[in-house]
Amino acid sequence: MTEPLLSVENLRTYFHTRDGVARAVDGVSLEVNRGETVGLVGESGSGKSVTALSIMRLIRHPGRIEQGSRVVFEGKDLTLASEEEMRRIRGNRIAMIFQEPMTALNPVFNVGDQVAEVARIHERSSRRAAWRKAVEMLALTGIPSPEARARDYPHQLSGGMRQRVLIAMALMMQPELIIADEPTTALDVTIQAQILELLRDLQHRFGTAILMITHDLGVIAETCSRVIVMYGGEVVEQAQTEVLFAAPHHPYTEGLLQAIPRVGAIRQRLAVIPGTVPPPTRWPDGCRFHDRCSYSWERTEHEHPPLYQVGEGHFSRCHLAEEPERRAQPHTPLVARRRVDAA
Amino acid sequence: MGEVAVVQHTPSARRVPGAGTLIAGGFLGILLVAAIAAPWLAPHDPLAQPDIVGARLVPPGAEHPFGTDAFSRDVFSRVLYGARISLAVGVLATALSVTLGTAYGIAAGYAGGVLDTILMRLLDGFLAIPRVLLVLVLVSATGSLSLPALITVLGLTGWFHVARLVRAEALVARELDYVTAARALGANGWRIVSRHLLPNVLTPAVVAAVLGFAHTVVLEAGLSYLGLGVQPPAPSWGNIMLEGTEQLRTAWWVALFPGIVLFATVISVNTLAERIRSGPAGAIFLR
Repeated sequence: MTEPLLSVENLRTYFHTRDGVARAVDGVSLEVNRGETVGLVGESGSGKSVTALSIMRLIRHPGRIEQGSRVVFEGKDLTLASEEEMRRIRGNRIAMIFQEPMTALNPVFNVGDQVAEVARIHERSSRRAAWRKAVEMLALTGIPSPEARARDYPHQLSGGMRQRVLIAMALMMQPELIIADEPTTALDVTIQAQILELLRDLQHRFGTAILMITHDLGVIAETCSRVIVMYGGEVVEQAQTEVLFAAPHHPYTEGLLQAIPRVGAIRQRLAVIPGTVPPPTRWPDGCRFHDRCSYSWERTEHEHPPLYQVGEGHFSRCHLAEEPERRAQPHTPLVARRRVDAA
Repeated sequence: MGEVAVVQHTPSARRVPGAGTLIAGGFLGILLVAAIAAPWLAPHDPLAQPDIVGARLVPPGAEHPFGTDAFSRDVFSRVLYGARISLAVGVLATALSVTLGTAYGIAAGYAGGVLDTILMRLLDGFLAIPRVLLVLVLVSATGSLSLPALITVLGLTGWFHVARLVRAEALVARELDYVTAARALGANGWRIVSRHLLPNVLTPAVVAAVLGFAHTVVLEAGLSYLGLGVQPPAPSWGNIMLEGTEQLRTAWWVALFPGIVLFATVISVNTLAERIRSGPAGAIFLR
C-alpha cells in the first residue's frame, strides 16, 4: 500500500469563545489517496468546513488546531509547518474551491487578473505570462471566448461562469489536492451537473485528488469513490460510496439517505431527522447523535462509541455494531419526545 | 377602476450632483485656483506697508476690496496668500494623518486578536486627550513652530479617528470570502492588504480625510489666532483675524473677510464629504 497523499490524524480544532470551548472538529482522522475523490458529508455545523480550513491552516483566532493533531500532506506535517511554508503550499499544492462564486471573487479586479494572480504569487511570473496562462486555464474550464471574458468583472458573469473561474484559479498551479467546499450548492441544478462534469474531466487530465465537501448526497453519488460522514465534529461513518448507499450502518447516515427526495415517490412525506445539530460548545454525552436517534438506548447515553469496523473499509461510530439486534426496535427519538412533553 | 401608479425610477438621479454640491465644489475650485495663482491675482504685495500713516485701516473700496489693516497692508491680498498657507497646511497635515490612520487601522483590523486589542486600547488613550490641548502642549513646548513642524504636529494628532474608522472597515473586509480565498491561494499579508483590504477601506478613509481637512484648517486658524500657529508677517487666515480683532470696532473688515472665507471653506468641504459618503461605495475612486 502506498502512502496516502493526505492523512489527517486525530484533528481537533477548538474555538475558545466566551461561551466556552466549541469543539468544532473533535478527533477527525481521514485519508485521501492520490487522484482519488473523497466525499465529506454532514449537516451544517457538523464540522466539515472547519476540517477543510484546518487542513489549509486557515483557522483564525479564537479557533486553534489543538496539540496532538496531525495533518500529513506528502509526508509533511502541516500543523508544524511555518506560515511561509504554508503559503507556498496553499494555492500551489493544495487549492480550495469555495461555495459562493460571487463572494469568493473580488469585485474590484477583472477575473483574468485574479486567475493570473495565482501564478504571480507562486511562480513570480511576469504580468504578461501570468495573464496568458490564466486565459489558457479559463479556456480549459470551458469558458467561451476566454480572452474577452478574462477582462470581465465578476458581476458581469453568471454564477456558473464564476464557478468556472474559481476552478481555473484552483487548477492554475496543478495542485495535488483540491478541497472543494460545497462547489455546487449555490448553482442551478443544470449548472451543477456541468460543474461536476468539468471537475471530473479536469481531475482525469491532471490526476488531482479531490476532497469534496457537501451536504448533497447526490453530488457524492455522482463524483466520489469513498465517503466520510461527519456529525458533531466527528467522523461517524466511512465507506465505499456504493456500500454506504446500499447498506448504511450509522443511523445518522440512514437518516440522511432517507431524507433525499426520490423521483416517483410522490406525495409521500419526506423522512426528516428530528432536531438539529447541537451547539459545539455542548456536545451530548455518550453518542453525540443519541437524542436524535431512533435506536438509542441506555448505553448510547453514557458511553461514547469508538469507530467500529463493520465491513471491508467500512467503519461506523455506533454501538449497534456490537448490539445489532437493537436495530429491530426503532422508537421515537428523545428530542421528538421532549418536544411532545413540552407541548 | 383605479389607475396603477407607476413609480418612476431614475437610475441617474444619484449621479447628478445637487445644487449644494455644485456651489461647494465651485467655491473650493475657485479658492484653490486663487490660492495657486495668488502672485498674479493679488493686487498688492501682502507684506508691503506702503503708507503706515495715510493708508492705515482704509475701508473696503475699489482700491482695496477688503480694505487695509493697521499696517496699511491690503487685506484682500493677505487673504489670498493666506489661502495658500492655510490650505497647504490643511492638505499636508491631513495627508499625513490619513496615511498614519489608514496604516494603523488596517494593521489592527487585519491582525485581529491580541494585537488588535492592544492597538485599540492604545488608540482609546490617544482619543481621550483633547486634540487642541495636545497641540497646545506640543507647540508651547517648542516655542514657536516652523511651518513644516506645524504641519507635522497637526498631522500627528489628527489620525486617531481615521484609524478607528479604517479598522472597523478592515474587520468587516477581512471576513469577506474573497479574502479567505486569497489566503487559500497563498497570498501573503501585504498582497491581501493592498489588493483586497485597501479598496474596501478607501471610501471611509477618503471621507475621514475630507472631514479631517476641514477640521485641520479650523485648528490651524485657531492656533494662528492664538499666535501659536503661522507666525506673522506671513499671512494665514487665523493670524489675519488675530490682527483684525484689535480693531474690531473701528475696522471690522480686517477680521470679517478672512472669517467668511474660512467659514465658506469649511461648509463646502463638509458638503462634499457628505456627498462622497452617500455615493456608491468606491464608485468615485475606482471607475
